[in-house]
Amino acid sequence: MTGVVWLLRRFVASVAIIFAVVTLVFILIHVAPGDPCVGSEEGGTQDPVMCPLLTRQFGLDQPLHVRYGRYLLQLLHGNLGYSFSLHRPVSGALAETIPFTLQLAGVALLIDFLLGLGLGIYQALRVNRLPDVVLSNVTLFVYSLPTFWLALVLLLLFAEKVKLFPLGGPSDPILCPVIDSAYCLADRIWHLVLPAFTLGLVGAAGTARFQRAAMLEVAQQDFVRTARAKGLSERGVVLQHQLRNALLSFITRFGLTLPFLLTGAVLIETIFAWPGMGRLAVNAILTRDHALVTATALIASTLVVSGNLLADILIGIADPRVRVPADGGPETSLVPA
Amino acid sequence: MLRVRDLKTYFVTEHGRGTARAVDEVSFDLYPGETLGIVGESGCGKTVTSLSILRLVPEPPGHILPGSLIEFEGRNLLALPAPELRAVRGNQIAMIFQEPMTSLNPVFTVGDQIGEAAIIHQHLSRKAARARAIEMLKLVGIADPEERVDDYPHQLSGGMRQRVMIAMALVCHPKVLIADEPTTALDVTIQAQILELLDRLQQELGMAVLLITHDLGLVAGHADRVVVMYAGRVVETAETTELFDRPTHPYTEGLLAAVPRIDAPLARLHAIPGQVPAATAWPAGCRFHPRCPYAWDKCIAQEPPLLETGVTGHAARCWLVTEPERRQAKR
Repeated sequence: MTGVVWLLRRFVASVAIIFAVVTLVFILIHVAPGDPCVGSEEGGTQDPVMCPLLTRQFGLDQPLHVRYGRYLLQLLHGNLGYSFSLHRPVSGALAETIPFTLQLAGVALLIDFLLGLGLGIYQALRVNRLPDVVLSNVTLFVYSLPTFWLALVLLLLFAEKVKLFPLGGPSDPILCPVIDSAYCLADRIWHLVLPAFTLGLVGAAGTARFQRAAMLEVAQQDFVRTARAKGLSERGVVLQHQLRNALLSFITRFGLTLPFLLTGAVLIETIFAWPGMGRLAVNAILTRDHALVTATALIASTLVVSGNLLADILIGIADPRVRVPADGGPETSLVPA
Repeated sequence: MLRVRDLKTYFVTEHGRGTARAVDEVSFDLYPGETLGIVGESGCGKTVTSLSILRLVPEPPGHILPGSLIEFEGRNLLALPAPELRAVRGNQIAMIFQEPMTSLNPVFTVGDQIGEAAIIHQHLSRKAARARAIEMLKLVGIADPEERVDDYPHQLSGGMRQRVMIAMALVCHPKVLIADEPTTALDVTIQAQILELLDRLQQELGMAVLLITHDLGLVAGHADRVVVMYAGRVVETAETTELFDRPTHPYTEGLLAAVPRIDAPLARLHAIPGQVPAATAWPAGCRFHPRCPYAWDKCIAQEPPLLETGVTGHAARCWLVTEPERRQAKR
């Protein structure tokens, strides 16, 4: 199978998965108790005259399959629907919040991977010696911390006791409602530090543990012994021969972590009053905002699927066993690719 | 050239359930230009011996005991600081391994892997190393070396990979080549080709070869002298023809009898009864006595040293050397 055919098949499969997720979420949110007019619980404060009118206007009186058909039709036209709770098109609300989520999760991911990879590789170089043992315990401890708890503790320490960082929000609301100067850029970064570190630290602890294990697994391979027999230094053995192979499994992990861009940030965005998509999704669920919930699910599933696809493509580039086909012939075809 | 004396490599087993004495007081010499065969069953310690020479035994669990000596050109490799040891590895003493499938790194081209040692030891540029790699591929008889140099290991057959391993080991023209079961993973026709190649290269480059194998036929055809190992010990050593003509240790006798012969009448294949004991609990006395057809009380009570048989260079760790009349009294 050539690369193009493979890519095409993966692409079609990805679209099918996203479609299935959207369908499932659409049905679930519609059959869930509560509707936008009444709210999720007893909050029936809406006007008894306006309610039926609005229900008819948005087509909520139609049977489920009709509503689903209409939704799909709109979706194909690129229309994500209208948010009841925000009184505006869903696409507008998303366009406003996604950049915030990308900034937060992007920085968090950077911390996660840079710190995590660095620690994992360092531990592999010092395996079973004191620094490695200490780090193993520290990363296990950090990894098992709940993010929301760590967020609150960091807030208490660095925003309340020592007033180093702001309590929340994306920027100074008076001086920097939009970023239009170097000062405001610095202000945004200053606001990013705590939430990004909370997310990044927990992730980095997991990444470090993963990377250490991956490096040590490779260390058992025969070709590592071959490298040593050639006269390579211990650093050369670990950083060239072990790392290159361990990075292959890291790429797979990277693909699985990418959706974390959205999902992992939900709690953090709520705690740090970060106006991102995670917070938007939480509010959408609480207000039974059908269109908004489905749209966030659509984006989340797209991230999951494209993260995996991206990882597979990267593996294809990085692993010669996938990239370069064996020359055929009975002997080579026995080799697992 | 290479002098091994009283080499002891022990492994600490998990949960402290004892020490595996994988290699126990092994001594032998390797002279310039010769091929020395080390023969024995799996588990006899021959691979650990070969790994110990370049200190490649994973540590922990393994460790080479003080008192062991591996002398190469007047220096004890076991006492060498790491940078000096690395200057010997792959440069003056090189090694090829049993599994050509897994002994090559899958993510680097064969050219990179062959050239690597030349870059480290001879400080070649990447370009020069590539040219050297092509030269080496030609030397080991790979067709289209200019193209093959950019191949990855998975694109090559098993025989070709072992040729690449050999090219990799010989790139710095080492004085000693340690070949640990170089052909075991290959099929018979490829085996013959690889061994021919090794013989030819040995003559061209004038290196000494330590050939580690379980295959007596291979030793008969390619080694000048043989060391037979059993249960972590050297049990017999002699020149190849002498060993095959007059095996003295009952274990060697048994090994020879177990080789099927094409010129003898058809008979049941001989097998040595019993199994190699566990390395954590070698038998007391002579380690072979539970499987030996001649064993008597002395063998159980006291382990024999390596005893000279009278022929130059022929010694066996067996009391039969001192009491040859007992050879008639087979149990």
